[in-house]
Amino acid sequence: MTRKKRRLYFVILGLLAIGTAAALVLSALRQDIVFFFSPSEIMEAKVPTEGRRIRLGGLVEQGSVVKQGALVHFKVTDGAHSLPVVFEGLLPDLFREGQGVVTEGRMGDGVFMASEVLAKHDENYMPKEVAESLKKSGHWQGEQPK
Amino acid sequence: MIAEIGHFALILALAVALVQATIPLIGASRGNATWMALSGPTSTAQVLLIGISFAALMHAYVTSDFSVMNVAQNSHTDKPMLYKVAGVWGNHEGSLLLWITILALFGFAVTLFGRNLPPGLKSRALAVQAMITVGFLLFILLTSNPFARLEPPPINGSGLNPLLQDPGLAFHPPLLYLGYVGFSMAFSFAIAALIEGRVDAAWARWVRPWTLAAWVFLTCGIALGSWWAYYELGWGGWWYWDPVENASFMPWLAGTALLHSAVVVEKRDALKSWTILLAITAFGLSLLGTFLVRSGVITSVHAFATDPARGVFILGLLVVAIGGSFLLYALRAPTLKTGGLFAPLSREGALLLNNVLMATGAGTVLLGTLYPLFADALDLGKVSVGPPFFNSVFLPLMVPMVLAMGIGPLMSWKRGDLAGALSRLKVAAIVALIVAIVTWVAQGGSLGPWWAAAGMGLAVWLLLGTLTELAERTRLFRVPVGQSLLRLGKLPRAAWGMTLTHAGLAVFIAGMTASSAWKVESVQSQKIGETVTVAGYAFTLKTVQDVQGPNYIASRGTFEVTKDGAHFAVMQPQKRSYKMPPMPTTEAAIETTFLGDVYAVVGDASSDGGYVTRLYFNPLVVWMWFGTAMMVFGGLVSLSDRRHRIGAPTRAPTHVPANSVKA
Repeated sequence: MTRKKRRLYFVILGLLAIGTAAALVLSALRQDIVFFFSPSEIMEAKVPTEGRRIRLGGLVEQGSVVKQGALVHFKVTDGAHSLPVVFEGLLPDLFREGQGVVTEGRMGDGVFMASEVLAKHDENYMPKEVAESLKKSGHWQGEQPK
Repeated sequence: MIAEIGHFALILALAVALVQATIPLIGASRGNATWMALSGPTSTAQVLLIGISFAALMHAYVTSDFSVMNVAQNSHTDKPMLYKVAGVWGNHEGSLLLWITILALFGFAVTLFGRNLPPGLKSRALAVQAMITVGFLLFILLTSNPFARLEPPPINGSGLNPLLQDPGLAFHPPLLYLGYVGFSMAFSFAIAALIEGRVDAAWARWVRPWTLAAWVFLTCGIALGSWWAYYELGWGGWWYWDPVENASFMPWLAGTALLHSAVVVEKRDALKSWTILLAITAFGLSLLGTFLVRSGVITSVHAFATDPARGVFILGLLVVAIGGSFLLYALRAPTLKTGGLFAPLSREGALLLNNVLMATGAGTVLLGTLYPLFADALDLGKVSVGPPFFNSVFLPLMVPMVLAMGIGPLMSWKRGDLAGALSRLKVAAIVALIVAIVTWVAQGGSLGPWWAAAGMGLAVWLLLGTLTELAERTRLFRVPVGQSLLRLGKLPRAAWGMTLTHAGLAVFIAGMTASSAWKVESVQSQKIGETVTVAGYAFTLKTVQDVQGPNYIASRGTFEVTKDGAHFAVMQPQKRSYKMPPMPTTEAAIETTFLGDVYAVVGDASSDGGYVTRLYFNPLVVWMWFGTAMMVFGGLVSLSDRRHRIGAPTRAPTHVPANSVKA
């Protein structure tokens, strides 16, 4: 076993591992990443949402939360448009009307079927994407004072 | 006054660190022993000054001095003492101060235990250590002063985020930081070795125990964080592939690889430049982790409000530290002499395979974690990369690794006998296959996920492979049993360490597989007196009452749980509303059994007069915690091996101080 041979072995092993990883990553990037959209982007049908798992973010519209057993209906708004969401399960502790929220799920017939409502650990926390999409639609209210 | 002393001590520490970062380095290159020796007293001065500063902040918290802004924003007089103390690092400024306190402690440890280290290597490593200190001290002093005053002081503080008021999380950051910062030792010594142009067995013997200690702390820290997420967040999950979690997992992967390649450097004098690269990477990823968590550039479910301006500073620090090290590596690594040769099929080869897979795994986690940033920068849309990505990329890479973990230890150094190793593993392979098939049948074939059978099979393979190696070492069944036991008693502790950690990983894999594959979850609106059955456990909601806590009020549900008609447990989950800051939290009730956790959460009242409840059966969860505990224990056992004891290494046996073994 010469030095050169060992280096070759090392290189082949590395390439093999990186090649496998690259193949896995590329296939996963096609299927497994989740895009984030605002209600406007979905309502104005700018983006393909058919059957894809997506994230929807915005503010929980005031007065829109209706609880029906374990089922929760609410609307997510970015000021310009609001989209009805239905979710079954326990809402995160910091879910409140007027607060920023990120939900993950699929578009149903005009209704967003959320399978997850993402929880935040901090009441002053505004998800970055939500802040940006609110800014875009001109409804940004600035940082909430602490 | 005490806060000002703390602040002043930090400024003094910066001055001392500047001296320590330059003079010993110049001394080492000129061969000036006096200049080199300066690294000793300066590192002692550092630990004292930074210690004073840390104690000053601790004092402000314990006495609830709300004229200090940091205390006012994060503490409250009603808070139990444990959380006043933990509050010191429950915020940005304080956690950085903890970071740097630990860094100073590690630097001091080099001075304390490294008396028999070659002076050149020691002074250079301490100088590098001081450079890191300078960076972080500047960061604290310029952007995140924990001692800033508030005028006039408020009557009371705003309190600590209630989710953090938990014993699990009180100790999570210090352990995590001990791990992160612990890798700075390997890093500093790697840079010092690059400057010296020399890596040898003595270097590896010094770096190994420190890396191992850092690895033990990091493992503990990650496990504690995961355990906290499991019982405190009330989602029934324990790992979400969230950026903040990944930030701690990447250094762990790199550190694990480093641990294994350092063995090769020590025993076989090979893989030197690779080991150096790993040492740089492990600490680089620790810095990156700190950056990701502290800057808020990535949306995370665990994210707390952050200040992006600070992110720029850490990013700069990151670029200088990592970029500089890689540059130095590129310039100096070719000058490192390559050592012992080995065949691809050998212990070294197996360890190398482990390294390549670990590094690739860390690479994919890094890619997935940073991908949203790239996508945003390149205008590919806003994306999030979550569990599906990591599960389909990272886990397949770990399959060959676990397979190799069974075989590697049975191969000999230099040139191994793969056929021989495999023939000794026949029993392990057959049993693993049987377990996989039984698992498949037991879960009803394709009713359960296909990978569950594979996961259980792999766990058994690894466990039996590890035990086979132990049996080989003791020549079990080939010599009388008594003699085998005698051999067992004489095994070096490092060997026990390996056996325990590898077996621990096997137990962990079994727990992870089962809890991911066969979790049973039920969410419903439950009226008082109504019974819901989950995985054979019948939950009857008896009452929901209001109870008063020290700084919260809670509505507490009481479930009577029966299994097969017999009483199992009374479970009382709570939904708490904290007063300061006003914030609700969920306290799950968990009954742990050997085969799984029964997990209940109570939520808000629903419109039909019931309560929303979430009930789980999480199989084999306790196996994960037990497996992790075995891994940590294995690390500690290995650390107690005489050969690994910190301070034990000598480069030349000419001068061995009698009291150098202290750790």
